[in-house]
Amino acid sequence: MSDSDLPGTVLTPAEEGAQAASGPRSMVLNMGPQHPSTHGVLRLLLELDGEMVVSCRPDIGYLHTGIEKEFEVKHYQQGVTLTDRVDYLAPLSMNLGYCLAVEKLLGLEIPGQAQWMRVMLTELTRLNSHLVWLGTHAMDVGAMSVFLYCFREREDILRIFEMFSGQRMMTSYFRIGGLALEPPRGWHPRVKKFIDVFPSRVDEYEDLLTNNRIWIGRTRGIGVISLEDMLDLGVTGPMLRAAGLKIDTRKDAPYTSYEKFDFEVPTRTESDVFARYQVRVEEMRQSARIVTQAMEGMPAGPWKADAPHVVLPDREKMKTQMEALIYHFKIVTEGFRVPEGEVYQVIESPRGELGFYVVSDGTAKPYRVHMRTPSFGNLQATGRMVEGSLIADVIASIGSMDFVLGDTDR
Amino acid sequence: MLPDNLRDRAVAAAVAAFDADAVTGGNDAHDELTLEIAPAKIASICGFLKYDQGFVRLSTVTAVDRYPAEPRFEVVYHLHSIQRNERVRLKCRVRGEDPVIESVTSVWRSANWYEREVFDLFGIRFTNHPDLRRIMLPDDWEGHPLRKDYPVTGSRV
Repeated sequence: MSDSDLPGTVLTPAEEGAQAASGPRSMVLNMGPQHPSTHGVLRLLLELDGEMVVSCRPDIGYLHTGIEKEFEVKHYQQGVTLTDRVDYLAPLSMNLGYCLAVEKLLGLEIPGQAQWMRVMLTELTRLNSHLVWLGTHAMDVGAMSVFLYCFREREDILRIFEMFSGQRMMTSYFRIGGLALEPPRGWHPRVKKFIDVFPSRVDEYEDLLTNNRIWIGRTRGIGVISLEDMLDLGVTGPMLRAAGLKIDTRKDAPYTSYEKFDFEVPTRTESDVFARYQVRVEEMRQSARIVTQAMEGMPAGPWKADAPHVVLPDREKMKTQMEALIYHFKIVTEGFRVPEGEVYQVIESPRGELGFYVVSDGTAKPYRVHMRTPSFGNLQATGRMVEGSLIADVIASIGSMDFVLGDTDR
Repeated sequence: MLPDNLRDRAVAAAVAAFDADAVTGGNDAHDELTLEIAPAKIASICGFLKYDQGFVRLSTVTAVDRYPAEPRFEVVYHLHSIQRNERVRLKCRVRGEDPVIESVTSVWRSANWYEREVFDLFGIRFTNHPDLRRIMLPDDWEGHPLRKDYPVTGSRV
């Protein structure tokens, strides 16, 4: 029976040619696009010799939604809601990157409280994203219970998001010019209650995994890839840091007042799955530190910029002042014009370097928005990482990359 | 020609010294250095920037459609030097009729997917690319959605 007779392994003529070229010993295995360990719709074409992976070709695009095209027919402010849906595990990081890019074009000054609130919520997003990664990655490798613990804490974070924005996942809480809504009453005790216990919860995950012999056996020395290869292939974020490179946009080119926060950039040198696990666990501890600092030092004052032509007026003013009503009407119906120009704003998303390239032609809609998403860059290294390893290690390796297919395919 | 206000930017000056004809313009609006490069020279300029100037990372490759202006497309490269903690943007104008430019995959392997994406969504061909196929859309898709003359809504008849 040939491979193409198996259900779900329909190969194009080119793929069959590749199979024939590599000799009778090898077979092509189609992993995905619906395999649970690919965390979305990723298809890997694995060429196997017995249990060894000879070559691996990722096939993406199953979740392509044309979001970059969609930006071009929406007002700048409406575009914020699109960014949530790209990396749906780190919506606030996406909001932040886009808002910073447009604010740079507009030359807006963002008040202190909004900036610190952005830092606090973006770091909670990083925790949220890393928790999903840790839970699912551990489950892929066989540790079922970690998933349940991680999702317990994730639920707390989503409830905090809901308190702020009314939404658990598609928050759209950062807007061009500041925040969407005034921070809710009682947010401080709520965040404090969570962040005070969170470090002890990270200890719990570590108790389950760090010295677990099965976990170590499945992750140490697996998925090794050199730093040179990763830089050449466009990998960013925790994967580079697990190979010993101390790179973090929050330190190298601070945005939204990250320079005022005290935190470390964790690194390891082994560049294997276990090192990536250690880096991300340490990042969770550091993010918790940043959240604590932001929460304790939160400046008072306005939470949106003083720019009436961009930022919606307060509800109260809109109903009592003619001028505020006019601005409200103009912004809602026509949007606001953004001066001609282009910017490339880079931030550190939980997955790595997130870049927003926004081109304006002076109208109320972006001329072009390109998202340099970390998952897309990271996925290119899949082949290099798993070739020559056992097929069982493919799951551990791709789990350690922490990609989101919405982020890859856009 | 390199604009005079960019002469004190080390990267811009180095590129101009390496190949004066390659630079056709540039600016540093919003404190982001942009160099416009003659399309025929892009691979050699990228090689120079990577191996001589330390721009080891290609952050992204994308394009902008300036329809109906001619040359119609801008191919945009964002480079990053970790050592210098610096970024630079390169731009090439490519004609609208059968747009084609040389691939930079020989300089950075990461250009592979980015160029495939530009090929897929804008229809710009990259010569010397090892695997120029559509990446996002199905192989039998007609048209290139990010072109400005491609409709946002509607259905095929």
